[in-house]
Amino acid sequence: MQHTSTQDTLVGLFVASGIVGLFFLAMQVSNLTSFVDEDSYTVTARFDNSGGLKIKSPVSAAGVKVGKVSSIYLDPKTYQSVVQLSINSKFNTLPDDTTASIFTAGLLGEQYVNLEPGGSDVYLQKNGKIEITQSAIILEKVIGQFLFKSAEEKK
Amino acid sequence: MIQFIQNLGRNTCISFNKLGRSTYFLLQTMSGMFSVLGRPRLLLNQMYSVGVLSFLIITISGLFVGMVLGLQGFYTLSDFGAEETLGVMVAASLVRELGPVVSALLFAGRAGSALTAEIGLMKATEQLSGMEMMAVDPIKRIITPRFLAGLISMPILAALFSAVGIIGGQMIGCGLLGVDEGAYWSQMQANIDFQDDIINGVIKSIVFGFVTSWIALFEGYDAIPTSEGVSRATTRTVVNSAFSILGLDFILTALMFGDN
Repeated sequence: MQHTSTQDTLVGLFVASGIVGLFFLAMQVSNLTSFVDEDSYTVTARFDNSGGLKIKSPVSAAGVKVGKVSSIYLDPKTYQSVVQLSINSKFNTLPDDTTASIFTAGLLGEQYVNLEPGGSDVYLQKNGKIEITQSAIILEKVIGQFLFKSAEEKK
Repeated sequence: MIQFIQNLGRNTCISFNKLGRSTYFLLQTMSGMFSVLGRPRLLLNQMYSVGVLSFLIITISGLFVGMVLGLQGFYTLSDFGAEETLGVMVAASLVRELGPVVSALLFAGRAGSALTAEIGLMKATEQLSGMEMMAVDPIKRIITPRFLAGLISMPILAALFSAVGIIGGQMIGCGLLGVDEGAYWSQMQANIDFQDDIINGVIKSIVFGFVTSWIALFEGYDAIPTSEGVSRATTRTVVNSAFSILGLDFILTALMFGDN
């Protein structure tokens, strides 16, 4: 086997194209770009039922994504679902009487937390609490209530 | 009946013997790593024949696999009115599974069989024993550079396969079938996770590169030094590589993506 400089160049091009390919996957395909501004603050919201909400589910206000769900756990005393929302520091002017509700995107879509700003002059602080919450709508529960009600009315 | 039990016992002994030899071979190969780093020329030469020459087959197959995924995905997704998620489907299946697996299978067929045949012939023509006579360690001089070249080339080829496939899917989906281009990319970016999907795909391809190079080199080194022996060894390389790639892929997928 002979060593030629064209061979070296081709190997160099090959490795470079591999790096470019990986770079393309990282930047264009994955969500790595949205990781860059990781500067965020956490607020806590307590829901009676957080439904199908998952970690990394989006948090949005007026349809704009402002953060994501960072953790969900069950409070062993109150049996409520404690959801921690990590909100981008750019959106640090949310009033402290903001309402958090769990909605579903589309008919079968994933669930997200919607923030509805209130009228207070005091802003939500780091590690603050959202007091007013609205739980996820569980379809089975709603249908159950509806059936129960219509059975009542027939009597 | 006794014959059968005898055969069973002998074959078991033979396969364990082979497993042991191949492990010893792998350790010997690994121990030569540092001396190769001192002679990058050897590695560069092998990178050329293992990696660069596989470039064309990998990119062209990647393009076609991506295009087929775009076409098939579109027909299935349009039944549910969810054409916008075509990008997610194409990218997720390429980055997680098809990229590493199909490029590893092609790699085993294109580069692995060539490695086995080359080393088997070196053994048949007594080049390896010739080297030993000259006090040159054939493992360090011949095997390790090829092993390292396979290990480095595989992730590069898999990344290229996925990247080209995603572009192929976009060409078909957005160019031919009329999926919105912005939705294609933005849905993809929203749903593909760098850590969970792309890094795991790269880990998979490194594992596959390790296993295919190991199998190809060991089969060549272990071949019976006749024309028939080399041809059998080459066949075994392709068959065993395909089995191990698909089996390992199942295990790795269960480990990586099992919990979500």
